[in-house]
Amino acid sequence: MMAQAPVLPRGFELPLKQRLPRIGSIDQVAVEQRAAELAKRSIKKDAKVWALELALRCCDLTTLEGQDTPGKVAALCSKAIRPDPSDPNVPSVAAVCVYPNLITPAKERLAGSGVKVASVATYFPSGQAPLDVKLRDVEDAVAMGADEIDMVIDRGAFLSGRYAKVFDEIVKVKEACGAAHLKVILEVAELGTYDNVRRASLLAMAAGGDFIKTSTGKLPGAATLPVQLVMLEAIRDVHAETGRKVGMKPAGGIRTSKNAIQYLVQVHETLGPDWLTPDLYRIGASSLVNDILMQLRKEKTGAYQSKDYFTND
Amino acid sequence: MSGRLPVKKTYKLYIGGAFPRSESGRTYEAQDQNVARASRKDVRDAVQAARGAQPKWAAATAYNRGQVLYRIAEMMEARVPEFAELCSGKDEVHRAIDRWVWYAGFADKLSQVLGGTNPVAGPYFNFTIPEPTGVVATIAPDEPPLLGLVSRIAPVLTGGNAVVALASETQPLAAIELAEAIATSDVPGGVVNLLTGHRAELAPWLASHMDVNAIDVTGADGLRAELETAAAENVKRVVSGKPDSQSLYEISAFLELKTVWHPIGV
Repeated sequence: MMAQAPVLPRGFELPLKQRLPRIGSIDQVAVEQRAAELAKRSIKKDAKVWALELALRCCDLTTLEGQDTPGKVAALCSKAIRPDPSDPNVPSVAAVCVYPNLITPAKERLAGSGVKVASVATYFPSGQAPLDVKLRDVEDAVAMGADEIDMVIDRGAFLSGRYAKVFDEIVKVKEACGAAHLKVILEVAELGTYDNVRRASLLAMAAGGDFIKTSTGKLPGAATLPVQLVMLEAIRDVHAETGRKVGMKPAGGIRTSKNAIQYLVQVHETLGPDWLTPDLYRIGASSLVNDILMQLRKEKTGAYQSKDYFTND
Repeated sequence: MSGRLPVKKTYKLYIGGAFPRSESGRTYEAQDQNVARASRKDVRDAVQAARGAQPKWAAATAYNRGQVLYRIAEMMEARVPEFAELCSGKDEVHRAIDRWVWYAGFADKLSQVLGGTNPVAGPYFNFTIPEPTGVVATIAPDEPPLLGLVSRIAPVLTGGNAVVALASETQPLAAIELAEAIATSDVPGGVVNLLTGHRAELAPWLASHMDVNAIDVTGADGLRAELETAAAENVKRVVSGKPDSQSLYEISAFLELKTVWHPIGV
């Protein structure tokens, strides 16, 4: 039996049981072709600067490594607030994404800046732990002040067809989040097919996720344009049916600003301009920010830029 | 059917070990041929390729670098008649080949000649080693078309730098022939990049590029002041040499001398 979905502010009840087995099948060739088609747009000059600044405002500046220290996170937070120290007009990023142990130093550094603190939780990145451990993880992160929680779904359960377990866990995690925003990581690289991506997207949205997110960033072949398209179409279907707006966050593998703009074009074409805001669209990235800064400075100075003049972390 | 249609060559750029047409699709006429006319995006791609290839080239052993440069001479030797048609003649080709051999011989002698241990008044072992500058942009002279280009890029490569060279605008064919010799001589892709096109259009992009560490303005003619001004932004090393020189100082012009103070336990 499935747990009862939480009462959501904007009224959202998908007939999940009937829908999940019959999600319709994704036309792989068509999805990839459409994604490739949309990636061909040429965005130049003023429009490019606008898109670059938007991409920057939508960034979740991320560090999820075993070697993270409070010092490194402090440096990252400074960069999040003012990405280009030489130019105060360059906007801040949306959030800093860290492991739970680093929420406190991040919170201190970001106080009053408007940049949010996101924390991964639920036994990230595998999610292979008992539910009570995951819930404690989330509760602790929220108690330490995380504004947003990035949870992972239990892919083991999902791939073996135990959708109800996945659904129940998301519902419980959403409850544990309280006021914190919940992003649900599907880890598409482990789901195998576009059908599964769509199925998991609908599942995550029905269970109460505020955002659906492609990947942990721990595996190769994370976010791709076709995968985002499949997820955006799931978001669009939910919006059409219920009016609820769910956010999207591609993560992992987006390293160049050109690539980031392709993702934005796809969002605009699929969901419209309403989604082009950090409230509903995020990009999980670390190296992307530097590339955007280099492009922005190139547009400003007219000279091609070098990595040598931008901070590594 | 009698006879056959000869296969005509399309003169292209040499970027990252490949021979692309200009990204812009443009060509211009030089030496009665249609030659690719590079755009600023080709410049950008070439610098990117050079940046990517440079660390590995610098990390290769000096001995190996010398062997690879010598191999360029070998490859040119097999193409002497072709080269001779594109420059002032056989004599220039022979001198260009000999130039590669001369610089190839210096690859594994640089640190002995330019580096060394320094006597210091303290408990330190103090030594100096030459290190490559990084990515070097070369504005090749018009005359001599082959020997001039070789004389300017051979010392840059000897020191472990990667190069983006802008060939002579009026006589670019020898440069393209040279690219074909280089492509078959074990020089890793991206270490040498050769562009053809309008100098006044392309050189400023190289001079202002923040990821270029030094610029050789030997062939810059009237553009020199403009290029030096643009190069100041990231304090590029600006080098101006002779079109046809062969000297250890041509190598050291593109090297940084790193001095290390190493404490010795006393």
